[in-house]
Amino acid sequence: MDYFLTENQMMIKELARQIADQRIMPVRAELDEKEEFPWEIIKVLADSDLMGLCYPEEYGGLGGGTFENCLAVEEISRACIGVSVCYAGSGLGAYPILLFGSEEQKKRYIPDVAGGRKLAAFGLTEANAGSDASGIQTTAVLDGNEYIINGTKQWITGGGEAEIYTVIVMTDKTRGSRGASALIVEKGTPGFSFGKKEKKMGIRASATTELIFSNCRVPKENLIGREGMGFVVAMRVLDRTRPGIGAQAIGLCQGALDEAVNYARERRQFGKPIISFQAVQHILADMATQTEAARALVYSACRFIDSGAKDISKVSAMAKVFSSDVAMKVTVDAVQVLGGYGYMRDYPVEKMMRDAKILQIYEGTNQIQRNVIGQELIKEYAGKKEKK
Amino acid sequence: MVKVDIELCTGCGVCEEACPFGAIKIQDDVASIDERCNLCGACVDVCSFEAISTQGLRKTGGEGNDHKGIWVFAEQRNGKIASVVLELLGEGRKLADKLGVDLSAVFFGDSVEMQTNELISYGADKVYVADAPILRDFNDEIYSKVLVDLINEYKPEIVLSGATAVGRSFIPEVSARLETGLTADCTALDIDTERRILLQTRPAFGGNIMATIICPDERPQMATVRHKVMKKAIYDTNRKGEVIKKNINGYGVNLRTKVLEVVEEIGETVNIAEADVIVSGGRGLQEPKNFKLIEELAKILGGAVGASRGAVDAGWIPYSHQVGQTGKTVCPKLYIACGISGAVQHLVGMQSSDVIVAINIDKDAPIFDVATFGIAGDVFEVVPALIKRFNEIRG
Amino acid sequence: MNIVVCIKQVPETTSVKISKDTNTLMREGVKSIINPFDMYAIEEGLRIKERFGGRISAVSMGPPQAEEALREAVSYGVDDAFLLSDRAFAGADTLATSRTLAKGIKKIGSFDLIICGKQAIDGDTAQVGPGIAEKLDIPFVAFVRKIREIGNHSIKVERMMDDGYDVMEITLPSLITVVKEINEPRMPSLRGKMKAKSIDIPTWGLADLEIGEDKVGLKGSATQVIKVFTPKRGGRREMLEGSVETQVGLLINRLNDLKVV
Repeated sequence: MDYFLTENQMMIKELARQIADQRIMPVRAELDEKEEFPWEIIKVLADSDLMGLCYPEEYGGLGGGTFENCLAVEEISRACIGVSVCYAGSGLGAYPILLFGSEEQKKRYIPDVAGGRKLAAFGLTEANAGSDASGIQTTAVLDGNEYIINGTKQWITGGGEAEIYTVIVMTDKTRGSRGASALIVEKGTPGFSFGKKEKKMGIRASATTELIFSNCRVPKENLIGREGMGFVVAMRVLDRTRPGIGAQAIGLCQGALDEAVNYARERRQFGKPIISFQAVQHILADMATQTEAARALVYSACRFIDSGAKDISKVSAMAKVFSSDVAMKVTVDAVQVLGGYGYMRDYPVEKMMRDAKILQIYEGTNQIQRNVIGQELIKEYAGKKEKK
Repeated sequence: MVKVDIELCTGCGVCEEACPFGAIKIQDDVASIDERCNLCGACVDVCSFEAISTQGLRKTGGEGNDHKGIWVFAEQRNGKIASVVLELLGEGRKLADKLGVDLSAVFFGDSVEMQTNELISYGADKVYVADAPILRDFNDEIYSKVLVDLINEYKPEIVLSGATAVGRSFIPEVSARLETGLTADCTALDIDTERRILLQTRPAFGGNIMATIICPDERPQMATVRHKVMKKAIYDTNRKGEVIKKNINGYGVNLRTKVLEVVEEIGETVNIAEADVIVSGGRGLQEPKNFKLIEELAKILGGAVGASRGAVDAGWIPYSHQVGQTGKTVCPKLYIACGISGAVQHLVGMQSSDVIVAINIDKDAPIFDVATFGIAGDVFEVVPALIKRFNEIRG
Repeated sequence: MNIVVCIKQVPETTSVKISKDTNTLMREGVKSIINPFDMYAIEEGLRIKERFGGRISAVSMGPPQAEEALREAVSYGVDDAFLLSDRAFAGADTLATSRTLAKGIKKIGSFDLIICGKQAIDGDTAQVGPGIAEKLDIPFVAFVRKIREIGNHSIKVERMMDDGYDVMEITLPSLITVVKEINEPRMPSLRGKMKAKSIDIPTWGLADLEIGEDKVGLKGSATQVIKVFTPKRGGRREMLEGSVETQVGLLINRLNDLKVV
């Protein structure tokens, strides 16, 4: 379906696709096998200006919006979402600074990220605080001109590879969820180290580690916004980045669909290509329909966000929850269509199925997404009732 | 240009399909030919209404009359005559006999005079030799100067050279300087005895089509020929010939090109694209160790080992052996595909081979669609049997 | 350093197929691309510019749609591009093409190095590079697989030979043709693509190049194609039957008859 992209958007899509086809496809299996961080691909993305796609021009970016980001992430994801999470995850780490940081902070950190010279990462989750983010226990105590950070973050995408970390810490336990703050910590700061790299089911090219803070001192200038804004920063940032997960999902779906259809056209059983059997066609038809529906929803959400709308939580959550559920189903179906071959690691679809699961979990589990949508519905309809 | 007689043209479109350059479009029910036309005449041949004709736009009455004789550039490397030269002499002899003219060799090198006899024994009536230290290594600037002067002095009508790194390097420079035509990588040569011109046939479009080319007016007509295409000349030590020495004093002055070093690389890297025979293995071999069978068969036939993408991706053999869309395109004389199903991406890389033999357990495998000969059988039975028979024949 | 890269727009020949029915090329839906070897030329030019500064221009002789290829070259980082296009240029053989490109390069301005791809994948002649060098009267090296050194007045390069390589030194200005082993071409950049969209690419014809009609195109060609045909295919598709012994015996006989073994 034609989504009436502008010429610039088409350019972004074509470029990302070219890179996906020529540089990512050939190595995705190896990256997955060796659990290697794709630095070479990051460099290609940086040289081609894609790393700076969605940062303002004044900081060296190209001034693109959520939709532009989605187009790039989608094409990269079609090849491998392990690689696309390395790409998009940097945005997640930089957005707190971009949306809430001071001019000085933006000037200091954004150009390197936009130029692809440094990656950023976002640290919120802890062992005891996943969906219940307000349960975080990492603390930051102001001591003169510095904050002293203590605690451990868990399952942080980009851990160890990124240079710039935006971490959500408790600065005032007494104020509950209003006692959290966002701090910028750079790799190499004394007292800041990384735990072991996690061994994951999927997105194995991406590095996931613990962030360990042990009396780590950062200048108070590294506070983003004001104390107490921590969760507001986190929630607002996630609202903006959730469509990115949607983009990963639809890219993954498309990749899986491509593999399944191509296989079904060539595989012959009972004297015919299996795509001529209705049973197979129906599976493929559902895969294609669901992918298209997810795409339409993700694209609409992106355009809505880019229009400057204020109330984007519901739409953003919908894009994420729907497309990630679809991606899980579509990738499982792809394995089914490839049958025995689908189960073999020599073929790309089993990796896609393993990769898909995380989309239903990270950046807020799909259960949390449904909570968000539910809460928004309550607000929305309460408002409507009052209007009458 | 090629002209369409709109009275006779019915707009059937057969010419549009036949044009290899996409220069014909049917517009308003008539064929219209645009600037991409190369005057190849393919459309003229297929038009059943004879509505298309070529008009000779070529200037006629060239300088051809006083040019006589066929020359073969006798390339040497490290003092050894390249084997393609012997094939060129073989072919050159045939062409010279058809025209009734002399066959000569042109030989540059250092202390190579002794080898002129070899060239005569292989069929040269004359050998033009330039012997000096500066000619020992291939320096295209001086080689071009000397060859151009020789050609201008002695006026051959045809000059042939091997399509080697040497030939493909400086012969184009020579032909451009002489403002004459050069056809590269010819796979067949013949004489049109009526017009006394050389017919040069070569592949184009990546080997998908063949084109026959002439150089009607300018002289000499020049062509380079691929190795192992022509037959080697007959060796006869009783043959006699003339040796003409070329003095190259002063040629080495003010050269802008210098050869600093000549490095031989006796490498493992077999360039399979150059091989005459390729034996290829695919996933049907099931295990990497079974590639030994392929290697053995290739060895007996003096060929190279190729592989499908599946085998390379599986890590059974390095990428340099991969044949196919993402690997190398090959067109050897003989391609034997063992345990290769024949996915389109593979076929694209080898389907223009002269003879294709396919061995696969699945008789419906697509590889059989392009094979000259197919054996629907177990590679593990057929290939060893082939090896055994070849060994017996070779004794 | 001022660099000129010569590029050609070609059909993607790996997807060109022969129609089984009409025995002719099926050109429907075949993409036009920058000749793959020219991509290596562009990349090498960009690397030299990154090291030494200067300008890199692309030039191409072709029909009007060859402009797309030139725009693509700009998207990789080439500074400017020029199209040599005129009905009179059509049907040119390598001699006429060399003359035309040489004139075009002269018109672009002064240059230090011209870089060409080894050959075009539709013609496969590898003649135009040396031909241009000849017409511009500059030294050249073909099949360069590595540039070792670039000095003010000369360059040192490695020329790939059939059995190894030669190390050559030639004075500047000069021309080189490059092989795939020389580098790995980069991806285009978004900024490059945006520049490529808006950049003005001058088109020069016969009059602009001040070249005689008899020197270009079909009229300026020394060679002429008189016949085009599809090569004899292996596809006889004879399935050899019988026991393994029989099959093997039959195969060897057939191969002997065809003189391929």
